[in-house]
Amino acid sequence: MDAKPSVSVALAGSGGAGVMTAGNMLLEAAAHAGYYGLMTRTSGPQIRGGEAAAMLRLSTFAGDGQDDRFHVLAAIDWQNVARFAAELPLGPDSVILGDPAAGEPPEVFTRSGARYVPVPLKAVAGEIAGAWPNMVALGVLAGLLGLPAASLEAAARRAMKKGLEAGIAAAQRGFALAAQVPAYPLAPPPKRASRWLITGNEAAGYGALRGGVRFVAAYPITPATELLEYLAPALAKVGGTLVQAEDELASINMALGASFGGVPSLTATSGPGLSLMVESLGLGVAAEVPVVVVDVMRTGPSTGIATKSEQADLGTALYGLHGDAPHVVIAPNSLEDCLAATEWAVGLAESLQVPAIVLSDQYLGQARGVIDVPAQGSGAVERLKVQDGGDRPAAEPYKRYVLTPSGVSPMAIPGTAGATYTADGLEHNERGTPSSQPSDHLAQMDKRARKLAQLDPGEAWASVEGEGETALVTFGSCTGPAREALARARAAGAKIRLVSLRLLAPAQPQRLTRALEGVKRVLVLEQNHSGQFLRYLRGEYDLPGEVKSLRRPGPLPFRPAEIHAALTQWSHA
Amino acid sequence: MNAPATAAALVAKDFKSDYKPVWCPGCGDYSVLAAITKALAILGLRPENVAVVSGIGCSSRIPAYTTCYGFHGVHGRALPVATGLKAARPDLTVLVASGDGDGYSIGGNHFLHACRRNVDLTYIVMDNHVYGMTKGQPSPTTEPDWSSKLAPGGTGLREFHPLVIALASGASFVARAFSGDPNGCAQMIAEAVRHPGFSFIEVLSPCVTFRPEQRAWKDAVHAAPVAATDDAARAARRIMTDDGFNLGVLFKGKRAPYQPASGGTQAVAELEAGFRLGSL
Repeated sequence: MDAKPSVSVALAGSGGAGVMTAGNMLLEAAAHAGYYGLMTRTSGPQIRGGEAAAMLRLSTFAGDGQDDRFHVLAAIDWQNVARFAAELPLGPDSVILGDPAAGEPPEVFTRSGARYVPVPLKAVAGEIAGAWPNMVALGVLAGLLGLPAASLEAAARRAMKKGLEAGIAAAQRGFALAAQVPAYPLAPPPKRASRWLITGNEAAGYGALRGGVRFVAAYPITPATELLEYLAPALAKVGGTLVQAEDELASINMALGASFGGVPSLTATSGPGLSLMVESLGLGVAAEVPVVVVDVMRTGPSTGIATKSEQADLGTALYGLHGDAPHVVIAPNSLEDCLAATEWAVGLAESLQVPAIVLSDQYLGQARGVIDVPAQGSGAVERLKVQDGGDRPAAEPYKRYVLTPSGVSPMAIPGTAGATYTADGLEHNERGTPSSQPSDHLAQMDKRARKLAQLDPGEAWASVEGEGETALVTFGSCTGPAREALARARAAGAKIRLVSLRLLAPAQPQRLTRALEGVKRVLVLEQNHSGQFLRYLRGEYDLPGEVKSLRRPGPLPFRPAEIHAALTQWSHA
Repeated sequence: MNAPATAAALVAKDFKSDYKPVWCPGCGDYSVLAAITKALAILGLRPENVAVVSGIGCSSRIPAYTTCYGFHGVHGRALPVATGLKAARPDLTVLVASGDGDGYSIGGNHFLHACRRNVDLTYIVMDNHVYGMTKGQPSPTTEPDWSSKLAPGGTGLREFHPLVIALASGASFVARAFSGDPNGCAQMIAEAVRHPGFSFIEVLSPCVTFRPEQRAWKDAVHAAPVAATDDAARAARRIMTDDGFNLGVLFKGKRAPYQPASGGTQAVAELEAGFRLGSL
C-alpha cells in the first residue's frame, strides 16, 4: 500500500489487557521516529478493569482531530469491545487484527467491509516468559506502520518499569509478524524539530503556571482530575500551594480567598462542579477578585457520561451567573492551545480583576499528542496593586472600587498598610462600603462592564483562516476536524473560511463582522444537542447571509468528511 | 479608617471602623465586635496584617466594622475563603466570623472539614439559635419546639451540637463564650488566635429581636469549673453533659496545624523538561 501522511489505529481489549499502555508506547515510538501523533481514549464505566480502546492517529503533520475512519482495529480480545463500535468507524480499506484464540470479531465491525486478519497474539506471547499479548500487538502495529525497530525499543525502554526484556522480546516478535498482515506505511517523517508530548490537561496546567498561578484548590472530577494531579507536584516545585477541598463550593471559595491574598489562583472542574461554583464566580465579579476556572466539559446534563466529551456547558459558562455579571470565557481550540488559552485567561483575570472560565473538554483534556514547542507567552501579567500606603494622606481613605476610565482600580493586598478594605459581594460604593443606593449600583455595574468592554484582545480573539463566501464558525475541540475539512475543501478548489472563536466573553461583534465580510453562508459547528453556540452567536452578533447549524451532542467527535460534505453540498447548491 | 502612621501600640478602637452596624439595638453581636477589636489590641497586631472573613447573616457583617482587611463572601463559604487565604498567605492572622445558620447549616460541611484540616484559623460563631437577617426562622441550633412562621409549632428536630461536632471533627481548640462578657470573650479570642491550628469559639450572642427570651442567658452562663483539657474523650464527656452555658476553653489539643507543601524554587520553564521529546 502507498505510504500515507496519516494512519489511524485503534487498539482495544478488556480490562487488564494493557491497551492504554501499548497505545502510549506506540505514540512514543512514532514520536521517536519523528512523527506527529495523537492518542485519545475511550473506556467503559468500570473504575478498574473495564474494556478500553486507545485511538491513535499518527501523521506527518500536526493536528488533533480524528480521521474519518480507522485504518486498523487491533483487539487483544473482543469482550465488550463491540460497545465502542460507534467510536471506532471502519471501512472497506480497513483491517481488523484479532487473536483467533479470542474468537471472531463482532459483526458490528466486519459489516464495514473491513478485512479480518487473525494474529495469534496470545500464542506468541506465551512463548516468551513474562510477556503479554499487548506487547505483541504493539510490535505488529509498529511494523505495519513502518516504524523503525529502534523507535519501538526506545519507547518500551522509556515506558516499562518491569518486565522490560520480555516486553521488548514480545514486541520484536510482533514486529516480525507484521510482514504477514497488510501494511499501512506512514510517509517519511517531517523534518526533525524539537517537540513535546503532552495532554491537553497538562498543557492547561502548565499554561496556568506560566500565567503566574501559585494557588490551586482541587476537588476531583472526571475528566479534569489529571489537570489537578499534574499541578499538585508542579506547583510545589515552583513555590505554589495546592489544597484539596471538600467540594467545589469550597474549591472556588478557597481560590477566591487566596487571590484576595494577592496570589493568582485557579481551580479546575467539569460541568457538575461548574454548576456548584457559579454563585461564587458572581462573588468574584462583584468583589473584583481574579480567579480562573478550567471547565473540562463532559456530557451533561447531571452526571451525564462522565468520561466522554461534549460542548454543552457553554450556556452555563456564559450566562449561568445570576445578576449581570461580566466575566471572561475563553475556549482553547486545539490541544496545544490549552496552554496558551489558560495562560491568557490567567492574564486577563489578573489584569481585569475578574473571574475567567476556560472551556476545555474531555476530548482535548485527555488527548495526548505530539505538538511543536509552543511559543513563549508574554509572561505573567501583574495585577494593578496599591503600593504600600504610607504616602497616602490619612484624610483620604483608600477607595478600593474607585471609578476609573478603564474600570480597573488598584487592589490592596492584605499586608499593605493604610489601604485596608472589605471585599464584598454586597453592592458597594467606591470605598467598598455596602450601599443600596441606585446611583452606586449603576456606577459599579458600569465600572465592571467597562473593564470588559475596553478589553482589546488583538488577534487572539479567534483563529481566522482562509477566505471565501462560505464560512465555518465554531469553537473548541470542533476546530481540529473543521480545519481538516477545510483543508480538503481547499485542495478540491473550494474557498471557505474558518472562524474559530477563542474569546467567547466578552463578545467581539465588530471583529466577527469584519472576519465575515463578504460571507453569504455561515455554517455553525458545535457539539451539543440544542445549538447553544448558535444561540450565543445569534444573541451577540449579526451573522451575514444564510445560516445553518451542524451539531450533535457528544460523545462522538465530528469527523472531517461530514463537515466537508455539509460545506461542499451547500456551497455548490 | 487608616491605621496611624506610627508603630505605637494600638488600642481596641483602632480596629473599629466608622461604618455603622446594621444590627438591632441590644444585639449581642455589638459586644462580639468589641471583643474582637479588643483581642486584636491585646495581641499587638496591626490591622493590615489581619483579615476578617465571613459569609452571610447578621454576624457576617462584622468584617467591614473593623479596620482590618475584610472579606464578606457568599452564604456559608467563609471557611473555604479563609482556608485559601491562610494557605496562600500564612503570614496573615485570619479570623472567621459566622452564625448558626451560615456556619452550621449551609456551611456545615466546611465546618467539619475545617476542623479536620486544622489550618491555623480562629473561627468565631455567634450563635443565637435563629436566622435573624431573614427575620426569624429556625436554625440548626434552634430548640425543637420553638414556633415560627416557617415551622409553626416547632421543627421537632433535635439541636445540632457544634462543640461536640468540632471536637469529633478534629478542631484543636474548642471554647464557649458569651457576648455579654466582652472582656472574657476578648481574652478567649486572643488565646484562640495564639493557639496554633483551627480554633473554634462558639459565642452565645442573643437575638433580642426574634428571641427576646435569650436576654436571660446572662443569668444562666457561668465559668467552666475546670481548666481546658487536652484529652478529647474527657472534653467530649464534659461538653455533652454540661448545661450549655458553661463558658471557657473546653479543649486544647496539640495537633500541628496544616500548612500545605510549598517553598519550591524551580523556575516554571524547568518543568518543560517533562514534556520534551528530545530525551527519547
